[in-house]
Amino acid sequence: MDFSIIVNEYQFYLEGLWTTTWLVALALLFGLLIALPAGILRSHENWLIKGPIWAYMYFFRGTPLLVQLFLIYYGAAQFDVLRESWLWYYFQEAWFCALLAFSLNTGAYTAEIVRGVISTMPAGEVEAAKAYGMSRWQTLRRIILPNSLRRALPAYSNEIIFMIHGSAIAGVVTIVDITGAARVVNARYYAPFEAYLAAGILYMCLTFSVIYAFKLWEKRYQHI
Amino acid sequence: MFDLYGYQEIFLEGAWLTLQVALLSLVLAVVLGLVAALAKLSHSTILTSVATVYTTIIRGIPDLILMLLIFFGGQMLINDMSYKFNEWLNEVMTGYYPDHEWVSYLPDYIDVSPYFAGIVTIGFIFGAYMAETFRGAILSVDKGQLEAATAYGMNKYKRFFRVMFPQMMRHALPGLGNNWLVLLKTTALVSIIGLQDMVKIAGDASGSTQKPFTFYLFVALVFLFYTAISTSALKWAERKYSIQTR
Repeated sequence: MDFSIIVNEYQFYLEGLWTTTWLVALALLFGLLIALPAGILRSHENWLIKGPIWAYMYFFRGTPLLVQLFLIYYGAAQFDVLRESWLWYYFQEAWFCALLAFSLNTGAYTAEIVRGVISTMPAGEVEAAKAYGMSRWQTLRRIILPNSLRRALPAYSNEIIFMIHGSAIAGVVTIVDITGAARVVNARYYAPFEAYLAAGILYMCLTFSVIYAFKLWEKRYQHI
Repeated sequence: MFDLYGYQEIFLEGAWLTLQVALLSLVLAVVLGLVAALAKLSHSTILTSVATVYTTIIRGIPDLILMLLIFFGGQMLINDMSYKFNEWLNEVMTGYYPDHEWVSYLPDYIDVSPYFAGIVTIGFIFGAYMAETFRGAILSVDKGQLEAATAYGMNKYKRFFRVMFPQMMRHALPGLGNNWLVLLKTTALVSIIGLQDMVKIAGDASGSTQKPFTFYLFVALVFLFYTAISTSALKWAERKYSIQTR
């Protein structure tokens, strides 16, 4: 085994680390923006609101992320309307398709977390807020969201780790993320063991730093 | 409803292959998970630390990387080792018989099949997740039950299979079900190491028909079908196993 290859080609891995980081961070941000309204409205009484959200969550949680990515990256080309519109400029780009697929995917999973914590919200706290004369919006902002955030944190840290791991497939559609870097290095030197092992170690560092950060955050919440 | 341009039969085979890979890796994962959970709860420091290293490393690395590592790296490692073994044995033989000619005692090139690599990798990964599920389930079985089994004169194995296993499965079922649903979706990755599963077939088919969206959507629907069936089967099993409780 010859790990000098990795040392020589470290800039590929650095680039990959950076790509993975911003791709996952942006996907998580957009996913959260989708998940908050979707998770809250999932329990709405009206079927016209509840139905589409249910279908969205069911589809994206029931199918593999790889298929979702291929559906967007390769599938978009099937629609002439899309090809002729200005959107095609973005759908041509692998990074855009990956970001879209990842955001929609993590959005669906996070919406389930949001729905879960809201539906297990202690009824007494909401009733107390009502007794204080708070409006629906005030109750949501002052009581339900802060309480839920604390309870959602462990599940959400798991979701972030799933997203980091799931993002490894971006390397399959020509993006040079950590996996992509390993593929480039392997193609150049035919050293699969060294190339993928280095990628695995990088992902592991990323995963454990997230776990550590969330442990610190959860500890802070326990003091309040 | 779906026009598959004559690819129906191949897709059916692919769908069956996906199911095969998923079920076989599930079996491997359950066995590995049970062993790892028992190792984690054992009193031996070596067993506990081996199991902890296993579950920690696996859960830190993405499944795709592990699959590529085992498929490409593992193949190279096996071939390197068998070559080194041949070299060593040949040298020993030449030492005894100077006119000995090179013989490949082990095959020079072993082809790791993607089918095998896929099942081993997925089973290996989900074994780590199963270990956590089983560990929790084992801990939630009442200790008095095991003591009663000992008092009845049951040995270690009888105690495990008659008393512990049936009761822990009740607690393990929800976690096991979740792991199965994730595992099912992970099988899509075997297409990347060249296995002819649904995703790979969809890729080939869309190359020749220019209808990628149709084919990938079909694959997605088959996965949804599998998930829907699994969810209702799990609900049924959970009801069945909780019958004597309350």
